[in-house]
Amino acid sequence: MAQMIIDTANHIAGYAAKAARVKVVAAYPITPQTTIVEKIAEFVESGKMDIEYIRVESEHSAMVACIGAAAAGVRTFTATSAHGLALMHEALHWASGSRLPIVMAVVNRAMGAPWSIWPDFSDSLSQRDTGWMQFYCADNQEVFDTIIQAYKLCEDEQVFLPAMVCLEGFILSHTYMPVKIPEQKEVDDFLPPYKSGWILDINRPFSHSNLVAPEWYMEFRYMIQEAMENAKRLIPVIDKEYGETFGFEHGGLVEKYKCEDADLILLTMGTMGSEAKIAVENLRKDGLKVGSARVRVFRPFPTEEIVKLAEQAQMFAAIDRHISFGMEGFLATEIKASLLNQKDPPLVAGFIAGLGGRDVTFDTIEKIAKKSLKWMRGGKVERETEWVDLRE
Amino acid sequence: MVTIKELPKEEYLLKGHAACAGCGPAISLRLIFKALGNKIFLVVPACCTTVIQGPYPYTSFSVPLQNVLFESTAAAASGIVAGLRQRNLEGITVVGWAGDGGTVDIGIQALSGAAERETDFIYICYDNEAYGNTGMQRSGATPYGAWTTTTPSGKRERKKDMPLIMAAHRIPYVATACPSYPIDLVNKLRKAKEIKGTKYIHILAPCPTGWRYDTSKTVELGRLAVLTGLWALFEIEYGKFKLNPPSDRLIDKTKRKPVKEYFASQGRFRNLTDEDTKRIQKWVEEDWEQYRKRASNSTSDSSPYGKIEEA
Repeated sequence: MAQMIIDTANHIAGYAAKAARVKVVAAYPITPQTTIVEKIAEFVESGKMDIEYIRVESEHSAMVACIGAAAAGVRTFTATSAHGLALMHEALHWASGSRLPIVMAVVNRAMGAPWSIWPDFSDSLSQRDTGWMQFYCADNQEVFDTIIQAYKLCEDEQVFLPAMVCLEGFILSHTYMPVKIPEQKEVDDFLPPYKSGWILDINRPFSHSNLVAPEWYMEFRYMIQEAMENAKRLIPVIDKEYGETFGFEHGGLVEKYKCEDADLILLTMGTMGSEAKIAVENLRKDGLKVGSARVRVFRPFPTEEIVKLAEQAQMFAAIDRHISFGMEGFLATEIKASLLNQKDPPLVAGFIAGLGGRDVTFDTIEKIAKKSLKWMRGGKVERETEWVDLRE
Repeated sequence: MVTIKELPKEEYLLKGHAACAGCGPAISLRLIFKALGNKIFLVVPACCTTVIQGPYPYTSFSVPLQNVLFESTAAAASGIVAGLRQRNLEGITVVGWAGDGGTVDIGIQALSGAAERETDFIYICYDNEAYGNTGMQRSGATPYGAWTTTTPSGKRERKKDMPLIMAAHRIPYVATACPSYPIDLVNKLRKAKEIKGTKYIHILAPCPTGWRYDTSKTVELGRLAVLTGLWALFEIEYGKFKLNPPSDRLIDKTKRKPVKEYFASQGRFRNLTDEDTKRIQKWVEEDWEQYRKRASNSTSDSSPYGKIEEA
């Protein structure tokens, strides 16, 4: 029987790792991720998970141990946040370059200095170009479902890439919500046993990831790009299949809400997407045609879906819990880039909000929407990037 | 115990590898493969062996090899060991094979962690006393006085004592070796293979390119390093320290050759002053006093390392 439990997203991530039957977990503590590895430790010590649990001495080693275990032929899991993820950076490239299907939960936390333990996407978005697929979740159920979906995706022979499943620290990580945990057999039916493109094998003595000269290197990079394109095609398929099996679907690449007739579309990621839906409801009561599109997958980026949304809307507001200093938020950048070659694209305004854990409520988002509508009517984005609720 | 004639004829380091002529690490690798056979997974970080194995799509090793990040040999091995255990695959030895920079400098954290976690693998440091693959920059294993490209007038600090650092982790087996003593090297690897837990073997591997000597002299130089007492052959098995031949004879200082003989044969020491040589000779005497004490203290039974006894 499927089980309904009320728990934090971090604990739910632990349940998901268990349900995915991972064999090796290598992890290191960091706030706000820690309760994931604590939950797994509890499962291991109570005999509910029969795995190798490597309590490594750093996040760098956590990722490399996952690389080693995946190469030895088993499903692996790890989790981290912020500085831990930054310390892994080098190994993230190695994991994707080695085409190993590792899944990692990233509990989003702002980067220091100064120290902050509260959420924004500066940690995971800094890893944009590492060849990892990136999912962003809006609630605890989605955390569970996405981890299961991610393994299925990563281990598809058309993909063989790692993925991070991102959830905002505290907003989700330490917040209790009801979640449906399916029966183990159902998960087993959905997610076949571990599969990867290669494995260390004494009968096939290869050198893996050895030196590659310029005449080959570009082809290896192109194969990763192809795998990302394949993933873009497969993500909605897997999400739909998951929905048909377990009853939860999360919008594939982009979760759209009342976008069909919208003049203005609010583009968000993570939990801001949930707030945006409430904002849309409220604004529509005033007769304003506003919709919400939550970008659930940032890599591969859903360019085609953004272009499609642009057919109807006159205005996009990209709300970034992130800043690329000296430019703008990455979501705004990617959306503008996606639209560049389109005929009569909508105006795009970028908003920076919620850095370092500052609340982004539906009120905040309504304010952003109203300003965007004003610019839309005037036919001009008055400020390319607006910092929301900034102190004077 | 084997003799040189009893070594397996199989070669797992194949012809056409890309090591320099007279490469001490390549000689060591050939012996290691003979000692351990081909049921091994080799983990190699950035080091000379990145080049020695050959570029894609070739390899000069007939064992499976995973290349990993510079500082991560022991972490990757931890993951592989865990994966093999989950798959119930037995009889495969996981071997980390890293240079001195990858071991005593950038890789020491991952190695220390893996040793503390009692990871069941063999870690071999092949020590040519500098960052060889990048063109001989100083490392924590470069000895006092040696020229490197980043210490053009000679390094002013002493070599890090990595084998004893590893011994302080209470792992079951630590050994030093040198390819100039192939039987000793092979026996130590065979012993390491049979012991459960973390095994650390530190090989002094002369490097003609970096040490500035003729490529025909590699074996000779290794011998000189040992016979002068600058490199002692020993093993620490479950905490028991034992000097191995010929180092066991060298407790008697009159049996040791003067260090200057070793320095005179290498270009990298040409800036050494007489004072430097005297200073180093004194350090050798001090080190050997420590070896003597350890050897005599270890005659009594010490508690087994690497496992916790019943109370």
